[in-house]
Amino acid sequence: MNDLINSVPLWLIVLIKSGIVLAVVITTFAYAMLFERKVMGWMQLRPGPNRVGPWGLLQPAADAVKMMFKEDLTPDTADPLIYKLAPFISLICAMGVFAVIPFSESTGGGLWGTGADVNAGILFVFAVGSIGVYGISLAGWSSGSKFPLLGSVRSTAQMISYELAMTMSVIGVLILAGSTSLAAIVHAQQSVWFFIPQIIGFIIYMITAVAETNRAPFDLVEAETELVGGFHTEYSGLRFGLFFIAEYLNMITVSCLATLLFLGGWNAPFGILSGIIPGIVWFLLKAGIFMFFYIWLRTTLPRFRYDRLMDFGWKFLLPVATLNLIITAAVIAYTSKG
Amino acid sequence: MRKNLFNVAAIFTGFATTFSYFFKKKPTIEYPSVKKQHAPRFHGLHELRRYADGKERCIGCELCAIACPANAITVIGAENSPTERHSPGERFAARYEIDELRCIFCGLCEEACPTDAIVLTPRFEMADYRRGAFVYAKDRLLVAPDEGVGTPPDERPNGIPGDLGLVAEKKATVDITAGYEATARGKYLKDHRRGLAG
Repeated sequence: MNDLINSVPLWLIVLIKSGIVLAVVITTFAYAMLFERKVMGWMQLRPGPNRVGPWGLLQPAADAVKMMFKEDLTPDTADPLIYKLAPFISLICAMGVFAVIPFSESTGGGLWGTGADVNAGILFVFAVGSIGVYGISLAGWSSGSKFPLLGSVRSTAQMISYELAMTMSVIGVLILAGSTSLAAIVHAQQSVWFFIPQIIGFIIYMITAVAETNRAPFDLVEAETELVGGFHTEYSGLRFGLFFIAEYLNMITVSCLATLLFLGGWNAPFGILSGIIPGIVWFLLKAGIFMFFYIWLRTTLPRFRYDRLMDFGWKFLLPVATLNLIITAAVIAYTSKG
Repeated sequence: MRKNLFNVAAIFTGFATTFSYFFKKKPTIEYPSVKKQHAPRFHGLHELRRYADGKERCIGCELCAIACPANAITVIGAENSPTERHSPGERFAARYEIDELRCIFCGLCEEACPTDAIVLTPRFEMADYRRGAFVYAKDRLLVAPDEGVGTPPDERPNGIPGDLGLVAEKKATVDITAGYEATARGKYLKDHRRGLAG
């Protein structure tokens, strides 16, 4: 078996793995959407979608078919090239992140994930994630109408201010792990998960992650009650669908990242059954809990007012994150000095 | 503002509330498969009743058409002949049409009728694809000859019954599990639906 694996060229293995991960991620997106609608429904005393298939399980398929058959409009006032390009920027960035996210320990032929244990994995994630903002900004800007423009202006400001605090909160973890490789960070958490020493960083990460993915209560970019649909007001059909996919993929990404950085990745809690239950189960379970939390958050809290959002980001989150970083650095410097 | 922004306890109260709702019983009535039982006086689709001997109650007096605030009813009366008797009196309704799109289901026709011929039933599922299908003529309004006299109008006791739910249980014409379709008249109306649907 090992000979067989070794005889296959590496690029083919990576290609196959990428294909599998892509398929799994897209399916996860589809059911994350259904999951969100169900959970939101239950929390709002509704049954949620239950007409398509048993328990509404075929709802994602119905939605996909609907998206595909809708007309793809381009407004006269739009800048056609950028308008058509923007959803792809969003989606490609959202998908690209999964290239470096390890789902489990190595099982021969690299990590699960796609096998790329990039030594600067976390930096790659943030870099690609930041480019994704361009998708939203350009979409709003090129639509050539008022509401999308307002949405994109908001997204630019919101993303920049919250990304700072997010990065700051993560640096504490990097200092503790002494590496920017995601696998190394997980390995460093075998004894104690980082959300315990980095509880402040963890909370700040949770808050900023919601803002980064444009979800309620930080969904000012879409803000359907004020801005119609925000940046995607003018989009329809598949292009709108791409933004939708990108949003959910980003949600999955930040959930995975939170798991990797703060909740010990694929490590079993307190080493329970660590030999029996494969690490990927723990990983998916933890990421799933995060997804649930984000949905829970959306049903519970109303949207922030824009000036308060900015106040909160710049005057509270960023200073606290910086302070957390300084204290962490000082403690590490002090304890490892001898 | 500062106080509101950092009121963390309130946020957790909110989380607890939504989480407890997550497990609550949902009040949704899943309509097409489960049907709500209406009060017996629910104003739905009309029906023209008969006497026990099978004769039509309607005498073509047009009082319902006059009472109708929405001008939804058209009645054209005609004389009964000794050979062809439709109603016990001198006249009967040669044509009787109600435009259910105009109708506001106020029940004034029912009150105006001197012979209790026109009554409102609890049936409400009249959706159709064509406007023309909403003009109900005698073929769909009149109780079929082999189906008895039709829904009795309310006895109208002193005012509105105190407990409509209780009365509904006793008197509702709709079988809660099977829906109105299960009654003979419901079946007839379904088979004679004029639109494109089912």
